Amino acid sequence: MQIISQILFLLALVAGIWFFTRNVKRLIRNIKLGKVIDRTDRSGERWAKMSRIALGQSKMVKRPIAGILHVIVYVGFIIINIEVLEIIIDGLLGTHRILSFMGGFYNFLIGSFEILALLVLIGVIIFWTRRNISNIYRFLSRELKGWPKNDANYILYFEMVLMLLFLVMNATDYQLQLNGAAHYSQEAGIVGAFPVSQFLLPIFDGMSNASLIIIERAAWWLHILGILIFLNYLYYSKHLHILLAFPNVYYSKLQPKGEMDNLEAVTNEVKLMMDPDADPFAGPAEEESDAEPEKFGASDVMDLNRVQLLNAYTCTECGRCTSECPANLTGKKLSPRKIMMDTRDRVEEIGEIINKNGKFEDDGKQLLDDYILREELWACTTCNACVEACPIGIDPLSIILDMRRYLVMEQSAAPNELGIAMTNIENNGAPWPYNQQDRLNWANEN
Amino acid sequence: MAEALKVPTMAEYMAEGKKPEVLFWVGCAGSFDDRAKKITKAFVKLLHNAGVDFAVLGTEESCTGDPAKRAGNEFLFQMQAATNIEVLNGYEIKKIVTACPHCFNTIKNEYPALGGNYEIVHHTQFLKSLLEEGRLKVEGGKFKGKRITFHDPCYLGRGNGEYEAPRDLLRKLEVELIEMKKCKSEGLCCGAGGGQMFKEPEPGNKDVNIERTEQALEVQPEVIAAGCPFCNTMMTDGVKSKNQEDDIAVMDVAELIASAEDL
Repeated sequence: MQIISQILFLLALVAGIWFFTRNVKRLIRNIKLGKVIDRTDRSGERWAKMSRIALGQSKMVKRPIAGILHVIVYVGFIIINIEVLEIIIDGLLGTHRILSFMGGFYNFLIGSFEILALLVLIGVIIFWTRRNISNIYRFLSRELKGWPKNDANYILYFEMVLMLLFLVMNATDYQLQLNGAAHYSQEAGIVGAFPVSQFLLPIFDGMSNASLIIIERAAWWLHILGILIFLNYLYYSKHLHILLAFPNVYYSKLQPKGEMDNLEAVTNEVKLMMDPDADPFAGPAEEESDAEPEKFGASDVMDLNRVQLLNAYTCTECGRCTSECPANLTGKKLSPRKIMMDTRDRVEEIGEIINKNGKFEDDGKQLLDDYILREELWACTTCNACVEACPIGIDPLSIILDMRRYLVMEQSAAPNELGIAMTNIENNGAPWPYNQQDRLNWANEN
Repeated sequence: MAEALKVPTMAEYMAEGKKPEVLFWVGCAGSFDDRAKKITKAFVKLLHNAGVDFAVLGTEESCTGDPAKRAGNEFLFQMQAATNIEVLNGYEIKKIVTACPHCFNTIKNEYPALGGNYEIVHHTQFLKSLLEEGRLKVEGGKFKGKRITFHDPCYLGRGNGEYEAPRDLLRKLEVELIEMKKCKSEGLCCGAGGGQMFKEPEPGNKDVNIERTEQALEVQPEVIAAGCPFCNTMMTDGVKSKNQEDDIAVMDVAELIASAEDL
């Protein structure tokens, strides 16, 4: 019987890890659909930024309530996972609480896990009420209707159930140890400390050891299977940030927020235009004649860079960006969070096509128009509030700018008044129709 | 103001074989917009007052390309940048000051990779350094004790991390500096950036400048201080739409200092 359970455990573990690995491979493949971008410079600063923002959660606590609750759940998540190590060893070897040889330290660990589990449970319940009962602006947006809202709730239910299972497992285990049940009780006396789950004991009052073992085993199995399922749910949920926040912050932009990249392809063209020695009638160079001319800007996810696609997978749809966006606050359609969600949905759609056909085949859709509307793109003031607000370094503005570039440079589809301003700049060096020769008139006006 | 301002150009300096201490980059708004021209003049008066040896490009100046770039026209931006860089490098410009955060950001961050390397400061940073060097004297004057709130320009604050220079200047005026609920890194945009200045807003339920003006009115200021000609226009329009223009002035930090000193 014991050996069967060990084999089943091994199978579950292997299946869980295999499936997770497959999804990670798909994730990396999809991110690589984007263009290469070099963000390997200034590695010291990048590590420091990652420690501060991803590991240290420094931007999370800018909003104290959500921030502190998040820190609790985050710390709980990381520390309680030490317990998973023991569960895996026990599961594989058929042992029980194998790490209990550590004695007092073990008791301290188990005791801390219990307290953290309770705090996480409380945190997650508050999160649930914030999402479902309190009228919080950023949780009411139209892009959260349907799946995104359910997804967020499923994650919260998952965490609640996992914490409850952990406490039930400990409570029944404690009771079994008190009862002196075989396999549970140890010569050293009670192992583990149960500052929280001891209060659950009355529930199990009067139960036989056999019933207690069934409950304890059920909780143990469901807890570890739950963790494996949760691990594999990540890829399908908005919850990948627990893994991707780290690389995402590492690869985030280090330059001042106001700086926007200069397109190199354009620089080359401008240099050629300004070069008095350039032959105006020259055809493209021999080796370039067959190459497709570079596309300016982005109309689909393949035109974005890999960091932008990583951003999309990392976004956990918290909406802090949207709640700071001046366009969104004044009722415009633009929501930076939706830009990230759309980008991810479109990458996933393309990923599915590749899963099916082995390669991407044009499906007649693209990120522009089919997901992100022009009206959204043109509402942006490029104020960087969304970039500043993101607790894990996502840059929705860079995507907006790349899509504007496509609209203007590939399609000449700027809104009419903007087109006029640009024509003015081109003709007379100012966005208004004033003559450049009048530029110093102010000095002589009273 | 009877006499015209003395505003030397680089061409004049060149003709005399001289080089100014700093180039004043006026910008399109500062050159052509009636409201912004007042800011330009106030700043020039402060430069004279502090004995700064400066010059402008005058008719050789052209749009930095900021609105074009942020509207997606990278091509036009780089054309503008190349032209301007050629002029600036031709005059061997080393140091630039500008009263427009958009010009400031573009020249500071986006020109270097295109061959334009200059030390550029925003006029509030420059005024602060003049103050620290003792060249400019700023004392309370007529704004002493007045309730003043500062609206952070996105491209000075969030864009380039400068929140304190304008505030330090206001403190020197001994005003009662009050902060809006959204300020500094969380400051709300005035609604002009990213090319919005030159187009109608997308459909919504409010204009951005009205939202920002409402935030400013919440703290009941006597003056809304700005550091950007576009913010200035947006906030002025906002205050007007609330029929508060008789009670609340929207002024650039340079104007506040110049008018406190009765220049």
